[in-house]
Amino acid sequence: MSVFVTQLFNGLSLGSIMLFIAIGLAITFGLMGVINMAHGELIMVGAYATYVVQQFFAQYAPQSMDYYYVIAIPVSFFVSALLGLGLEKSLIHHLYHRPLDSLLATWGVSLILQQMARTIFGAPNVAVLPPEWLDGGVHVAGMVFPYKRLFILAFVAVSIFVLYMYLNKTAAGRRIRAVTLNRDMAACLGISTQKVDAYAFAIGSGFAGLAGCALTLLGPIGPTIGTYYIVDAFMVVILGGVGKVIGTVLGAFGIGLIGTLTEYSTSATMAKVITFALIIVFLQWKPSGLVSMKTRSLD
Amino acid sequence: MLSVRNVTAGYEQSVVLENVSMDVQKGCVTAVLGRNGVGKTTLMKSIIGLIKPMRGNIEWEGEDITSLPPEQRVRRGIGYVPQGREIFPTLTVEENLLLGFEALPKKINSSHVLEEIYELFPILKDMLHRKGGDLSGGQQQQLAIARALIGQPKLLLLDEPMEGIQPSIVQLIRDVIMKIAKEKMVGIVLVEHSLDLAFSCADYFYIFDRGIVVAQGHVSKTSKSDVQQFLTV
Repeated sequence: MSVFVTQLFNGLSLGSIMLFIAIGLAITFGLMGVINMAHGELIMVGAYATYVVQQFFAQYAPQSMDYYYVIAIPVSFFVSALLGLGLEKSLIHHLYHRPLDSLLATWGVSLILQQMARTIFGAPNVAVLPPEWLDGGVHVAGMVFPYKRLFILAFVAVSIFVLYMYLNKTAAGRRIRAVTLNRDMAACLGISTQKVDAYAFAIGSGFAGLAGCALTLLGPIGPTIGTYYIVDAFMVVILGGVGKVIGTVLGAFGIGLIGTLTEYSTSATMAKVITFALIIVFLQWKPSGLVSMKTRSLD
Repeated sequence: MLSVRNVTAGYEQSVVLENVSMDVQKGCVTAVLGRNGVGKTTLMKSIIGLIKPMRGNIEWEGEDITSLPPEQRVRRGIGYVPQGREIFPTLTVEENLLLGFEALPKKINSSHVLEEIYELFPILKDMLHRKGGDLSGGQQQQLAIARALIGQPKLLLLDEPMEGIQPSIVQLIRDVIMKIAKEKMVGIVLVEHSLDLAFSCADYFYIFDRGIVVAQGHVSKTSKSDVQQFLTV
């Protein structure tokens, strides 16, 4: 019983991390259709932003070291969002409707960003020390649930909630959805589609930054941290079905749970293979993913 | 208020409209008639800015708007209801309506505007929380017109608004068109292929054939039989 619960918790935890790296992509790829290979590097940038904030606190305000992480969360969001905004305005903006070109160009950007990280911070990984209040865990019936993992679960839940409210309850979110559904008609109602594209891309990038901030809790970070996650992120969004945030949530936890449960009964490599195979089979059966948009006028 | 000057437009290599000129007056319903495929929709898309003319100018209240993007034209007071309505299917009726406010500056009494719209189209008020895509064709058409009207346009482009809609709704839409033209002095461009319907509510008409204007005039001074030849298939 306790083994099962522990595995379930690990699955949820892995799912929450998957979800974190995929939400940003759910916006840029899922909603806007941009294949952004530099998404992983935006995660990396968020992680390094957290590192910089920590260094800053260690240097100038060691007595409030406990709270550096609270500052690091918005900082990593805005640094990645600004970088994403710049990327959209200078490059991706010219490549809408040219998916292959945008794939190559953003891959180039990802290499540039990796090299920049190496130049600034050095090639070896750097460690971000999680704040002390996240050490330890909850003990229940002989099982331990680490605070860090619980914190990431809560962090991602809040992020998803905020994103959902933003997309569904605000005028800006409504504009994003309108442009996603029908760009020409949105323009014909007076919406500046270029502005919406830029904002949406910046927000997606900002969420990548938050993911990077969360990842620093789990281990050291390095210039290539993003490349480990980019494939998983695309997998989650495609499995979930493009265009709906809820699909990304289901996709992430689905992959997380299947991954951990198969890993428990086989090995890490086997688990990866089985997960991939299951996803391929599933997409043969439902090519549009877990949650697809269905209405009278789209049929 | 709107002048189309010698516009030639089309898609890629094919020219659909050739050297078309047209004027639209405030408070008047201007009907654009013609058989299928003669360039009526291309003309509408050129006016709103979805198609860039190859030659010619489009002037709006004395300003050349030929190179402005659609959103700028909409903010200057041109509303557009496309053929096929183009409701956002997964957004609710209310959200579709709220998008109509995008054409306006921020500070505006939205509840007052919405009340006016519900008076014209009472059915929308009962359907605010339904998805736009779940509405019937006639309801979607009312929603599309309402959405454009919320932007308080001075000119409204209607591309076949009565197409494939039950007679009672056609009647309602026709009444609304005439009402906003007369009471709010909105200029209206009405694309139609039914001569009877167009002549029952228009003041002026243009008839298109193969991309050029073949006839135009005041509805009151023209008999249907004179222009029938351009419309029979």
